[in-house]
Amino acid sequence: MTPSSKRAAAALMLLVGAGLLAGCKDQVESKQSGYRGTGMVQVSTAKQTAALAAANQVPEAQPPASQEGKRAKEVYQNLKVLGDLSEEEFNRTMLAINEWVAPEAGCDYCHNTEKMEDDSKYQKVVARRMIQMTQHINEKWKAHVGEVGVTCYTCHRGNGIPAYSWVQNPGPAEAQGMAATGTGKNKASWTAGITALYDDPFTSLLTDPGKIRLQTTSALAPGMSKTIQDTEMTYALMFHLSQSLGVNCDFCHNSRSFSNWSESNPQRVTAWHGLRMVSDINKDYISLLAAVFPDNRKGPLGDPAKANCQTCHQGASKPLLGASMLQDYRPALATETAPK
Amino acid sequence: MAMLSFERKYRVRGGTLVGGDLFDFWVGPFYVGFFGVTTIFFAALGTALIVYGAALGPTWNIWQISIAPPDLKYGLGLAPLQEGGLWQIITVCAIGSFVSWALREVEICRKLGMDYHVPFAFGVAIFAYVSLVVIRPVLLGAWGHGFPYGIFSHLDWVSNVGYQYLHFHYNPAHMIAVSFFFTTTFALALHGSLILSAANPPKGEAMKTAEHENTFFRDTIGYSIGTLGIHRLGLLLALSAGFWSAVCIIISGPLWTRGWPEWWGWWLDLPIWN
Repeated sequence: MTPSSKRAAAALMLLVGAGLLAGCKDQVESKQSGYRGTGMVQVSTAKQTAALAAANQVPEAQPPASQEGKRAKEVYQNLKVLGDLSEEEFNRTMLAINEWVAPEAGCDYCHNTEKMEDDSKYQKVVARRMIQMTQHINEKWKAHVGEVGVTCYTCHRGNGIPAYSWVQNPGPAEAQGMAATGTGKNKASWTAGITALYDDPFTSLLTDPGKIRLQTTSALAPGMSKTIQDTEMTYALMFHLSQSLGVNCDFCHNSRSFSNWSESNPQRVTAWHGLRMVSDINKDYISLLAAVFPDNRKGPLGDPAKANCQTCHQGASKPLLGASMLQDYRPALATETAPK
Repeated sequence: MAMLSFERKYRVRGGTLVGGDLFDFWVGPFYVGFFGVTTIFFAALGTALIVYGAALGPTWNIWQISIAPPDLKYGLGLAPLQEGGLWQIITVCAIGSFVSWALREVEICRKLGMDYHVPFAFGVAIFAYVSLVVIRPVLLGAWGHGFPYGIFSHLDWVSNVGYQYLHFHYNPAHMIAVSFFFTTTFALALHGSLILSAANPPKGEAMKTAEHENTFFRDTIGYSIGTLGIHRLGLLLALSAGFWSAVCIIISGPLWTRGWPEWWGWWLDLPIWN
């Protein structure tokens, strides 16, 4: 080959390569989430968006029932929640819960079908508590769930046990004494998006969300006691948020000043309430069930599987892409009917 | 104006790419050429537009002046002047002046009978800039993906775009680029200290030669790349740093939309340990 034909061939190869690159790539979609030029942009592919839509189909609501007639508590025994519903509405709600939580197993997932009021199955005791939790979230945590609210389906999606939850994870045993590294890191953390950050930021930060914020407001702030490990713990939790919501850091933050509220997006306020909501329900509802759950439903340290962002969001910034299933089950699930 | 000794070799006619003899003259010590004229034109227009943009903006604080690209909704079309249109024209001016300068370097190389190492090296820097404001925005379908022209604002852009991918240090091309940047500075430190040491002997001693330099490195690390080789190595390291920087930002978005740490799933899935 002559030098010039070599050069032409090289240029051609480059062009073909670039063409292949452009042709093979998935259609990229981007959405601006800040002032132009700040780089606050959400990126995804058409394929990812379609997959998310497919995974977030909302089941059809049960046909409406009459609100008149006898109350459920007058008809059935041992009703500690939902007793004030009409009998028809109560049965409708039970049907819906069955479809949301145990579509295969049916009523006897929770009930002793010989004696429906019997509390002998732990699932029934848990379900009752979870109904109270749902009501509590819908009434007291509007700052996070708004009027869209949540139902059992938000987390369960047809599974007896929600697909995403967390238990305290002490991690594998590490060397102690002089050989201790004390970082608990440098392993792939699936919780934190396959980084080398911590695998369990939940035990510490979802118990006390106040510990998440660690940026100081001045240089060399007096009394500054946060360590690099603390910052990495927060970073790990933020990875979890990001993955759970299918968004990047710019969805809430302007990274030029993560802690500054006036430069953040409004979604950060929603997230702030969400972290406190999760902390609240883990403490007051789920953890209290430790004595009810059998051992095989608990983590290595004996705590039941608890909620984090992924439990409801499952990859969508609004669970079920913002569809409100609660609107069809308002009397049953929207307000607290019994003290917790 | 007196000519410096080496200018006799420089001030020769010919070697121009376009315009023939028309602009083949010097103003004082400066060669003009067709591309000198286009450089002046684009640089002056671009700078004037930046000043105009600053005048329209909220501040004269030199750190905070920012000419932002358009909103994403304008896609690859033109935006109104005050909503990113200025950024678009300034970008054209910037590329125009950078490329003109590179071509002026080519003409000078031809006059000197040199190869094109200098314009090629500058071309890699231009490529890095064009990656940011043309190639990646075009692949993502909107000029709004370019970076804003401002001292602080472009740094904020870098930060936010990094966080679009959650943790940019896990970007494989970024890793390669950073490694090349550090290696470049390391090589320059080794080379610079060697030359300074050889050129500044203790009082009363003669300046050391290349043989001393080679011997020093052969003694310390067992190998000396040599006086010509170190410059070839330096060029390779520096250009690779710029090249991989361009690659690392072009693939962020067009080829990968999720967090960069997640990209490493293939590594964890390798059959040898999975």
